[in-house]
Amino acid sequence: MNQHVKLNRRAFVIGTAAAGAGLALGFNLPFGPTVARAADGSPEINAWVVIRPDDTVVIRIARSEMGQGSLTGLAQLVAEELECDWSKVTTEYPTPGQSAARGRPWGDFSTGGSRGIRGSHDYVRKGGATARLMLIQAAANEWKVPASECSAANSIITHLPTGRTTTYGKMAEAAAKLSPPSDVKLKDAKDWKIAGKGLKRLDTADKTTGAMVYGIDFKLPGMLNAAIKDCPVFGGKLKSFDEAKIANMKGVKKVVRVGDSGVAVVADTWWHAKTALDALPIEWDEGPNAKTSSETISKWLAEGLEPSQTAFVGNKNGDAPAEISRAAKVVEAVYNYPYQNQATMEPMNATALHTGDKLDVWCGTQNGEAAFATAVQASGLSADKCDVHKLILGGGFGRRGQSDYVRQAVLIAKQMPGTPIKLLWSREEDMQHGFYHPVTQCRMVGAFDADNNLTALRMRISGQSILARLRPEAMINGMDPATFQGLAPSGEAVIGYSIPNLLIEHSMRNPHVPPGFWRGVNINPNTIYLESFMDELAHAVGQDPLAFRRKLMSGHPKHLAVLNAVAERIGWDKPPPQGVYRGLAQVMGYGSYVAGAAEISVTDGSKIKVHRIVAATDPGYVVNPAQVERQVAGSFVYGLSALFYGGCTVKDGRIEQTNFDTYNSMRISEMPKVETILMPSGGFWGGVGEPTIGVAAPAVLNAYFAATGKRIRSVPLRQQNIGFA
Amino acid sequence: MANLTINGKKIEIDVEPDTPLLWAIRENIGLTGTKYGCGIAQCGACTVHVDGVAMRSCGMLVSEADGKAITTIEGLAADGKLHKVQQAWIDHDVPQCGYCQTGMIMAVAALLKDTPKPTDEEINEAITNICRCGTFAQVREAIHAVANA
Ligand code: FES
Ligand code: FES
Repeated sequence: MNQHVKLNRRAFVIGTAAAGAGLALGFNLPFGPTVARAADGSPEINAWVVIRPDDTVVIRIARSEMGQGSLTGLAQLVAEELECDWSKVTTEYPTPGQSAARGRPWGDFSTGGSRGIRGSHDYVRKGGATARLMLIQAAANEWKVPASECSAANSIITHLPTGRTTTYGKMAEAAAKLSPPSDVKLKDAKDWKIAGKGLKRLDTADKTTGAMVYGIDFKLPGMLNAAIKDCPVFGGKLKSFDEAKIANMKGVKKVVRVGDSGVAVVADTWWHAKTALDALPIEWDEGPNAKTSSETISKWLAEGLEPSQTAFVGNKNGDAPAEISRAAKVVEAVYNYPYQNQATMEPMNATALHTGDKLDVWCGTQNGEAAFATAVQASGLSADKCDVHKLILGGGFGRRGQSDYVRQAVLIAKQMPGTPIKLLWSREEDMQHGFYHPVTQCRMVGAFDADNNLTALRMRISGQSILARLRPEAMINGMDPATFQGLAPSGEAVIGYSIPNLLIEHSMRNPHVPPGFWRGVNINPNTIYLESFMDELAHAVGQDPLAFRRKLMSGHPKHLAVLNAVAERIGWDKPPPQGVYRGLAQVMGYGSYVAGAAEISVTDGSKIKVHRIVAATDPGYVVNPAQVERQVAGSFVYGLSALFYGGCTVKDGRIEQTNFDTYNSMRISEMPKVETILMPSGGFWGGVGEPTIGVAAPAVLNAYFAATGKRIRSVPLRQQNIGFA
Repeated sequence: MANLTINGKKIEIDVEPDTPLLWAIRENIGLTGTKYGCGIAQCGACTVHVDGVAMRSCGMLVSEADGKAITTIEGLAADGKLHKVQQAWIDHDVPQCGYCQTGMIMAVAALLKDTPKPTDEEINEAITNICRCGTFAQVREAIHAVANA
């Protein structure tokens, strides 16, 4: 694909004027008689659709592709309404700089929270539909017939009464000059021909030949390479470094300070830069956190589990504490979840060229607009002098929503005006300077009446808030609503149980380790806590875990439907094969309902073989079933890697894990068979990249209990000497 | 100075002999399909063929590669035709982010050369590359498809 859109100057100016009129989301930009053009001169029908004379359809995609497939899915949605020939579709990214200059015709670029499709399906489809109507109108005008007598399919426009035809490529110029219709009707999902189908991804070929250019591969003439070290203790500073010691090392061009906490070596090759950086004597001011450890953090969090400690209330009905105090039977357990690194396969990197009066950045980012804002700020230039050119990501998982590496690249490039600088982190830097899955602990308390009915549940989470650090503006009266993912009373992550007395609270404690988004984020710990404990409660009263859950789920039919689907497929009502044990879990997150069932066997109490996973998901609509299946299967790899091998520990204020030898990831031999049940029920749009990860760990942990009678309440398993068989 | 034979071409590069082969390939020769993931022979993203054997190029020095025939992902296709593993990767839509996949493809191509019809066990033994996106199900499916073609 093309790396970015180049617009000619004229188009740029017109777009800016349109933005001044306060119009947004490119499908209704009134370009009037003057046409915006792509770099090759082809006309924009609107901001989403460019059509070349040879009938190639270029669909603009604002969200980032990081493996999740939404580049293809979004193109399917546009193409569906456009009625174009799918075999002639190609895609390109607009740049955040163009977006800013044109009044954000592409809307939000941010690609996280499983929002890629569900957050933009409406306006991208309108973009496609509007373009189709304009193309039809252009043909009707040429033929001097009413547009109502014409229809379009497969990039061909037909005048129905006469059978006359023309193509999109021929009509594009004329269509681009028309005013867009103000009212477009979108198709019903049942009439989809391109969307809803498991079409092949558009970005595969180059990924098999080595031709795909990721940020790490990007090159410019005269480019130099930078390796960086930031203070290993978060919040610490760079004191000094002895440049003279490495000045004569091969390839070294310059050693530069990066902000107040980093130092970078710039050299002809990255290998030279890294080798010199490793030899550079550096003194750090490690700051106030230099003594912090996992133990001190854990102790602080444990205090937050005490009912006497203040806490935000995320969900409440009835009076759980009172009910617990008078219950016939009380069950209690404490769980915890560690820091996790996203560990994208491609380490953080960005290339920047600062000429003194202009800045360009090339990088993989999940949030082009945030990267742009960061780049502008670090550059010292005005926004109209800067741009960010997005490249395909070698993994994101939430990490590349942060722009710290963009800021560093700009700060380095600014000190070497006119020289393009590619900054690449070593894996070690990447492991130790993340924005980590936040750490939490949780005390679960359940109460039963004399007839073994669950009458109360209290869930006290203690630990770190992501929003407090990264998006304080999204906090609600000091509370971080994202902490209650999967546990909320309403919204996109609702708890699936009705319990007469319920209290879910968060005692916020924010250690110095930077927290961040991480595939699924808080549904990972929260679903382990809730779904493991549901199992504990069921066993405490001698009930079947499925039957126990079902009794509490009648008010949550969509949650129940996915749970029932996995139970049925795995054969819950029949005994498993000899030596095989089963576990279940369900959750709602990112607007979708998911459930998982696992079949495992355990050798010597510590070697787990995951034989089979059944996963059901109801995301409302499925735009590409093949890609959804891959997201579901991938969620188990990511989720089970975190459960078995993950966990970042803190010592002397820094993260101890430095590479895949200490922060391992699942291999193909450990991969279970995953059967996916897609059951879109319509009427809502949920995400697919993240929700399923929530059930991966608890389904396996519940199966482990079934196999061994031992309840695991702590992650990762490697710290308990439990591993894959 | 090092004399390397890469994808059938002899190339002389100005590089210290203790440079990891990975970085010589990426930076001195300029072939960037071979990826950096860990630098410590853990992930397999940097897999190339050295005299027909799959090797993690980050763990091999340029001096050790001297005189050996090295094939990178760019040299896998022959006579303008994709290697059957590359083609299977396209047919089975294997890559997600794709970053690990060039190394994965090189590892699989070497496996299939020695073991044209691998069992699941043989796949488990030979393919130890990390894929954070979790494409393993498609990888396995595509390997079997090539083997049974
Ligand atoms: S980069 Fe060589 S094995 Fe990871
Ligand atoms: S496809 Fe992304 S790491 Fe394997």
